[in-house]
Amino acid sequence: MASKETRRAILNYIEKNSKADLGDLAIMLGTDELTIANEIQDMEKEQIICGYHTLIDWDKAGSDMITALIEVRVTPQRDQGFDKIAERIYNFPEVTSVYLISGGYDLLITLEGWTLKDVSQFVSEKLAPIDAIMSTATYFILKKYKDHGTIMVPQKKTERMLVTP
Amino acid sequence: MKNPLSQKVVQLEPSGIRKFFDVVNEMKDAISLGVGEPDFDTPWRIREEGIYTLERGRTFYTSNAGLMELKVEITKYLKNRVDVSYDPKKEVLVTVGGSEAIDMMFRAMIDPGDEVLIPQPSYVSYLPCAVMADGVPVVIPLKNENEFKLTAEELEAAITPKSKILVMPFPNNPTGAIMTRDDLAPIVDLVIKHDLYVLSDEIYSELSYKGDHVSIANFPGMKERTILVNGFSKGFAMTGWRLGYACGPAAIIEQMTKIHQYAIMCAPTNSQYAAVEGLRNCMGEVQKMRESYNQRRRYLMHEFRRMGLECFEPYGAFYVFPSIQEFGMTSEEFATRFLEEEKVAVVPGTAFGACGEGFIRISYAYSLEDLKEALGRLENFITRLREKKK
Repeated sequence: MASKETRRAILNYIEKNSKADLGDLAIMLGTDELTIANEIQDMEKEQIICGYHTLIDWDKAGSDMITALIEVRVTPQRDQGFDKIAERIYNFPEVTSVYLISGGYDLLITLEGWTLKDVSQFVSEKLAPIDAIMSTATYFILKKYKDHGTIMVPQKKTERMLVTP
Repeated sequence: MKNPLSQKVVQLEPSGIRKFFDVVNEMKDAISLGVGEPDFDTPWRIREEGIYTLERGRTFYTSNAGLMELKVEITKYLKNRVDVSYDPKKEVLVTVGGSEAIDMMFRAMIDPGDEVLIPQPSYVSYLPCAVMADGVPVVIPLKNENEFKLTAEELEAAITPKSKILVMPFPNNPTGAIMTRDDLAPIVDLVIKHDLYVLSDEIYSELSYKGDHVSIANFPGMKERTILVNGFSKGFAMTGWRLGYACGPAAIIEQMTKIHQYAIMCAPTNSQYAAVEGLRNCMGEVQKMRESYNQRRRYLMHEFRRMGLECFEPYGAFYVFPSIQEFGMTSEEFATRFLEEEKVAVVPGTAFGACGEGFIRISYAYSLEDLKEALGRLENFITRLREKKK
């Protein structure tokens, strides 16, 4: 296995660019391509690397999908805490993330739907009837400024002079 | 009419390099490997602090030597990074970039005829600043075979009874050379033996890729004869903020501060507050930038090896300094033709001293994509040159 530092360097790099060329990456990290490939494969197996997604600006792609954030207050269940109830929720494909959080409520859910009605239906028919759920609050996302560490609004390119001493 | 100009000034900077720079900077469609500043924006925390400072109305002068808050952070930083302790009250002067610190030091220390030992290739301002201060610059040409480090033999050969200041420009612009602790030790012996003072220009100290940067001021007996110059331009990506500092013996800093007071008043207040935030909370960002430069450095060296372009492996700053001697032309010719034929700007080695002849400076303060494009053009260019030679 490569060093911890190499692993960290690989992860830091591909977190921002999962399409990185492995040959380039090997050169930049001062190792060889085979090491990088093996290390990535191992980290996939160990589920350190959990997937390769594409960050899409769906608005620009002409999609009318809407995203909602739902705060959920839950009564934890004996022996199972929040895990069981989280499982009930995260298995719905339209749910894109579920977090257990500290503070005034317990679970934070993001949900994607085509219409307001889709979202409200999900809340009233799927979430609210679950016994352990005490209350929900739903918010609609109006604009994504930054998502997964990437700024989604146009950025001005800064200008340096071509040569300076 | 009387001649309006000072002859001292008129005689400065005789080289044509300025012209080359002007030509390049006016070419709209050229790409470049010639920039001597980071490609990163200043970390947002620092910029945000600058904005906040303006909103707060902190728009007045600071004390001449700089904000006490900043000087305290600078001394903590230097203690932490190079293990040298300075008194923020008496041994620190905040300047308008590292360049001002160099100027102030020479003006405060040089009497007419004092010799300033300047290893070259190195940054363009040591020599003219020494001349402006009525010093006599003595150039020490560094060699490719020594990886452009300063050796004890080279230094000893240049020392005369009039030698007063040795400039130590490491990590080096334009070569990328660094001086390790072992490299510095024999230099330190000579400096003490011959009773010299040192200008240690450590502006690229954060950009060292082979262990941490070692400051010559850290050696026993050296703090009292060294002016350590550093700043925020390179490591913190703050070139346009114009903020640097000088640290050294109180007696020298006091005189430097006097000149600074008359010439400058104080470094920009806004930049000073922003830099405090940088030192307190942005070392992680600095580290990230360093890692990124190091990755590109490795990439560039790999590509040079592949193209068969001779270049020693540099471990500092963000420059490499490959030899172009095999092509049988001057650095300036090479740079001019490369610009004309492939529309890529590089800086001729001679911009940094006559001994830079036969080399070009390539900066890797560019994204991997930009580097790839420019290196592709470099390969085309040198392949053509080699074919013609056959």
